[in-house]
Amino acid sequence: MKPFDYQRAHGLDDAGQLLVADGAKPIAGGTNLLDLMKLEVETPTALVDVNRLPLGGITAHGEGLYIGALVSNCACAADPRIRSDYPVLARAILAGATFQLRNKATTGGNLCQRTRCYYFYDLSQTCNKRAPGTGCAAIGGFNRIHAILGASDTCIATYPGDMAVALSALDATVEIHDVKGDKRLVPVRDFHRLPGDTPERDNVLEPGDVITGVVLPAPAGGTQLYRKVRDRASYAFALVSVAAVIHVEDGKIAKARLAFGGLAHKPWHDARVEALLEGEAPSDALFDQAAALLLDEARGQGSNDFKIPLTRRTLKAVLREATGGTL
Amino acid sequence: MPITINGAEYELDVDPRTSLLDFLRRDAGLTGTKKGCDHGQCGACTVLLNGQRINSCLTLAVMHDGDSVTTIEGLGTPDAPHPLQAAFVRHDGYQCGYCTPGQICSAKAMLDEIAAGWTSFVSDDVAGTPKLSEEEIRERMSGNLCRCGAYSNIVAAISEVAEAQA
Repeated sequence: MKPFDYQRAHGLDDAGQLLVADGAKPIAGGTNLLDLMKLEVETPTALVDVNRLPLGGITAHGEGLYIGALVSNCACAADPRIRSDYPVLARAILAGATFQLRNKATTGGNLCQRTRCYYFYDLSQTCNKRAPGTGCAAIGGFNRIHAILGASDTCIATYPGDMAVALSALDATVEIHDVKGDKRLVPVRDFHRLPGDTPERDNVLEPGDVITGVVLPAPAGGTQLYRKVRDRASYAFALVSVAAVIHVEDGKIAKARLAFGGLAHKPWHDARVEALLEGEAPSDALFDQAAALLLDEARGQGSNDFKIPLTRRTLKAVLREATGGTL
Repeated sequence: MPITINGAEYELDVDPRTSLLDFLRRDAGLTGTKKGCDHGQCGACTVLLNGQRINSCLTLAVMHDGDSVTTIEGLGTPDAPHPLQAAFVRHDGYQCGYCTPGQICSAKAMLDEIAAGWTSFVSDDVAGTPKLSEEEIRERMSGNLCRCGAYSNIVAAISEVAEAQA
């Protein structure tokens, strides 16, 4: 690990000032960052410890909830309000990593976790995300875990997390404190970026920004599911995951909210698919249309071609289950 | 402020790069906690931080002044083993033993989590009360690998202690 200055932030403004410096990075749980620092994929010159900032706790917020950025993944998934009113979020968090990691991992830090692309991790390989301008060894390489939607010629990495996929389905909002001391709100759906020609930027955070919390809107109700398809039954990243919030009224889908993990550089949300489903009676034919629309621009990279039919089948299975059908 | 480990205080005057794991083994001389992968994948370094299980390899020692850590040395001794330690011996819950301190610290915290009502990904109702089953134990212990493959006996040992506590 490269040497770095360890700094402890005393207040949000202090954190912003420390983090605006070139080479500075915040550390909260550290489970992803320290892993990458040991490999020297990440080489910050200063680590700003934000753990003592007053960003804990889950509190009422209008009709919804406010989750402090330092609330651990375990604490969030164990909260009775999250488990009762936002089960898709509790299920998604519990689908990721292990209890040991989730005790340390925070709500803000988890949003910022980096890709698991093998070439991003391997310093001997080219990677536009790790070393901009060097190329992308994943294109034409081993790309079983890579993106089928929204990728670019410079990067086909995926966002690996589960929590943010559920937050996208729930249309949650990220609260950010900037270096000037102002607060801004960014929908989770807009927080992560597509790679384009700047894949080194995973999300819209600017230097000096600190995530302070996540706002959940009023409980969505309906049937909430999180299905994750992976290589092992536990402790593995998603090949494909689906977060779904579905309301059926009078035999028709009244409301559908869907987000997908494992498919793209961000949690994937496609409002066209929701619009196609809403107002219609559930049927396999309808679900086939929804999957076809979701995947109309999907493109495999060779070893991840299987993700296209896998996504179609997983979406159909989730929609059948959510609308009371048989699997 | 010092860090408290198994009830004793230690000063944290170390290179900021020092993981909590390396601090425990090298600076505090507590070598019961094991270094396996050093990347949070194997669970051999599992300890209790303020009562909750974590991977001690993936956190920096300097972040933990004022915190309380319990390692395997703090759970039991050869003369007065923790019930989980005794159960692992009774059920042959190991072969080489390298993962065992992490397994036992993890299992201790897991039983506390179930007592606190935390559900897991395999729980039927995420909002309900968790029921202990082999499937639950296997899911909740998935962060602790055993390359000897003693999983069946590890599950038996944990089940026995859980039933005795119930």
